[in-house]
Amino acid sequence: MTTDRKPALRLEGIVKTFPGVRALDGVSFEVYPGEVHALMGENGAGKSTLMKVLGGIYQPEEGRIFVDEEEAVMTSPLQAKAKGVMFIHQELSLADELSVAENVYLGELPRKSLGRVDWKTLYERTDAILSRLKVGFTARTIVGDLSIANQQMVEIARALTREARAVIFDEPTASLTDAEKVVLFEVIEGLKAEGVGIVYISHRMEEIFKITDRVSVLRDGSYRGTLNTADTDEDAVTQMMIGRKLDLTRNEEHVELGDVALKVEGLSCHKLFQDVSFEVREGEVLGFYGLVGAGRTEIAETLFGLRTPSAGKMFLKGKEIHIRSPIEAIENGISLVPESRKEQGLVLGMSCRDNITLPQVDDMTAGPFVSDGAEIAIFDLYRDKLEIKTPSSRTAVGSLSGGNQQKIVIGKWLSMRPEVLIVDEPTRGIDVGSKSEIHNLLRDLARQGYAVIVISSEMPEVLRVSDRIVAMHHGKVMRTFTSEDVTEDSLIQAISGIESGRAA
Amino acid sequence: MAETNLKALGGLLARQGILVAFVVFMIAFALWNPRFIQIDNVFSVIRSSAILGVMALGVTFVVIGGNLDLSVGSLLSFSAIVVLDLHETPGFGPALAIPAMYAMTMGIGAVIGFLVGYLKLNSLIVTLGMLSAIHGLTLTWSGGQNMDIANQQETWFGIFGRGSALGIPIPVLMFGLLAAILAIILSKTPFGRKVYAVGGNGTAATFSGIPRARVVFLTYIISSFCVATAGLIQASRTMGAQNTVGQGMELEVLAAVILGGASLLGGSGAVFKTVIGVLILGFIQNGLLLAGLQFYVQFVVTWIIIILAVWLDIATKRGKFWSPIA
Repeated sequence: MTTDRKPALRLEGIVKTFPGVRALDGVSFEVYPGEVHALMGENGAGKSTLMKVLGGIYQPEEGRIFVDEEEAVMTSPLQAKAKGVMFIHQELSLADELSVAENVYLGELPRKSLGRVDWKTLYERTDAILSRLKVGFTARTIVGDLSIANQQMVEIARALTREARAVIFDEPTASLTDAEKVVLFEVIEGLKAEGVGIVYISHRMEEIFKITDRVSVLRDGSYRGTLNTADTDEDAVTQMMIGRKLDLTRNEEHVELGDVALKVEGLSCHKLFQDVSFEVREGEVLGFYGLVGAGRTEIAETLFGLRTPSAGKMFLKGKEIHIRSPIEAIENGISLVPESRKEQGLVLGMSCRDNITLPQVDDMTAGPFVSDGAEIAIFDLYRDKLEIKTPSSRTAVGSLSGGNQQKIVIGKWLSMRPEVLIVDEPTRGIDVGSKSEIHNLLRDLARQGYAVIVISSEMPEVLRVSDRIVAMHHGKVMRTFTSEDVTEDSLIQAISGIESGRAA
Repeated sequence: MAETNLKALGGLLARQGILVAFVVFMIAFALWNPRFIQIDNVFSVIRSSAILGVMALGVTFVVIGGNLDLSVGSLLSFSAIVVLDLHETPGFGPALAIPAMYAMTMGIGAVIGFLVGYLKLNSLIVTLGMLSAIHGLTLTWSGGQNMDIANQQETWFGIFGRGSALGIPIPVLMFGLLAAILAIILSKTPFGRKVYAVGGNGTAATFSGIPRARVVFLTYIISSFCVATAGLIQASRTMGAQNTVGQGMELEVLAAVILGGASLLGGSGAVFKTVIGVLILGFIQNGLLLAGLQFYVQFVVTWIIIILAVWLDIATKRGKFWSPIA
């Protein structure tokens, strides 16, 4: 559609690697003047890495960046700005106590002789920018007094102090109300009319279809294609993001199920999730699948006593339980392998052995003292069972690979002999080889009669390990599938909030 | 090969930098003034370090647990004044005064532990505030007067500061004994393990079912117990005390703990390392005095050394000596 003009911003074959990961694998895309170009992809697809390359924070190993078809080497955020590439970040980075004008020109205040600030020019220039944005506040307003939406406008004003060729919006609507969004979209339309190229990053489909001209999709660090927004629909984009060609082998093994280990009825936690009911039996892996923000982790945290439910009941082996803290959850036999290994799962400075025995260190004693023998016995048992690779039990857990760290966390909870094991994002940040090892391990636990809940945002993962899958959307259970009746399409529809043909 | 040796030496310097610097310092001072390493001087340094040392043992627990305690100097003054005043109160005497003083000092420790542990207030602010509050409490108790034991011949109160057994001064024995007990608690018991876990990663400790608030609370109880013991030694040694006897000690105590290698971020450190830190600090101050430097100069030099130690600690952790982001 716009191929007769030259792009405002063009990326060509960008490659960026981190130890063990190819974060960007030859990504190319371009945005034309007056175009709004959406960049989409799941968490970890490489969007933020790409933005950091563009902003001069990371240096790519290969590939080139062009602004107005002139090659631009970005070595610092300041340089990106000088080339006319502006960023509107998701998190606001404003000084609350300063005026709008001071924030807009932070670091480059106009000066008079002797380095004095030229306030008159500062306010004039800022007000000129603000009038372009049609906002209801002035250059002298203190930023802390503004609403979040207006603070975002200040961020945008900041991007307009120099002539912008391309403006990158990173999840700009994350904290805006619907009315505020309308104002933001008007501003974007305005920039578009001025001939600025706009890159729009968002997870929200309805916005993408409202304001963008084209959509490019990243997956696993590589470019998956570009679609004209007008010619496509949500389904097509979602499938491009999640991927059809992945290994979508379903779990076909079924262990003879035992008693119901955990039954949840109408569990709600304020706005996070509502009326969630499910049960998980011994010998069963129950998968929870949904997009980021669907409320899955919050359910796990509620079961583990980290959040207080606002309604609902929980039954463990038929007996009603009330969990108010992790200590009570552990006493009742509920264990959680948390989402964030490094922040929540492990004390990185402590040894592998000390981490595995941490929840039961009170029982690892001979007399009043911690017994090396008891600890080593537990450690050796789970090192062998889970095939943990570590030079010694005294090695600091922080120096192990991600996969082995995750096995330490799993070992820690298996050693507590839980009634229910909840595993949140079992393979996040883990290399492909260790991933399948962890998947096999989860199936193995079901075979041993454990009741396992697996939360994941990766479809291949839930399909691979689950006997049944709970699909969630915006804090609600949309549908529960068995591994026989699940299809990719129905799963994608359920997590996108699209009602399926038959009643859920 | 030569390169590997050099690397190994660099690694050793990075890990044991403080010990290496200490040895170099000792040798230099010994060459300058041989009296420095004579037995009686060494004993005198250890004896004069005992009060600071006992306090540092307790603060080690607090710091490993991820918090600070800046109230210990002020609390030392409190405990010394209280025990002396009760001793002079008719009907009390040492046998009642000492337990009563321990109870009150540890009661204040419990208040701090409650505020920092259960209410999760910032320990820097809480203990800085308590520094002043306790000082006010001490002055209120004493009416601003110094405390003295009037009849020093008729009490056994002096043995904690002045007595000796088997030729070793009682303060040194108490420091040694307490260090041994606390070292075992920290390194060998489940409680000690929890202190490291809570300081190393409080969130992960909570996710592992460790009662974080209670663990932090107990570190302050231990710290106040150590302060009470130090206050007892102090009061007993001089048989009298000023209201400001512990003033400024909170920083010296913290310095000793950091010199011993405990991280201010929590999660690392050890009792025996703190003992080394206490001795390093004692020998530095003694060496500077023997070298004929004015007493006040030692404040300057001590703190230069401490700041260097902290910098070295952080620099070796991030692998370079300067970084634009912390």
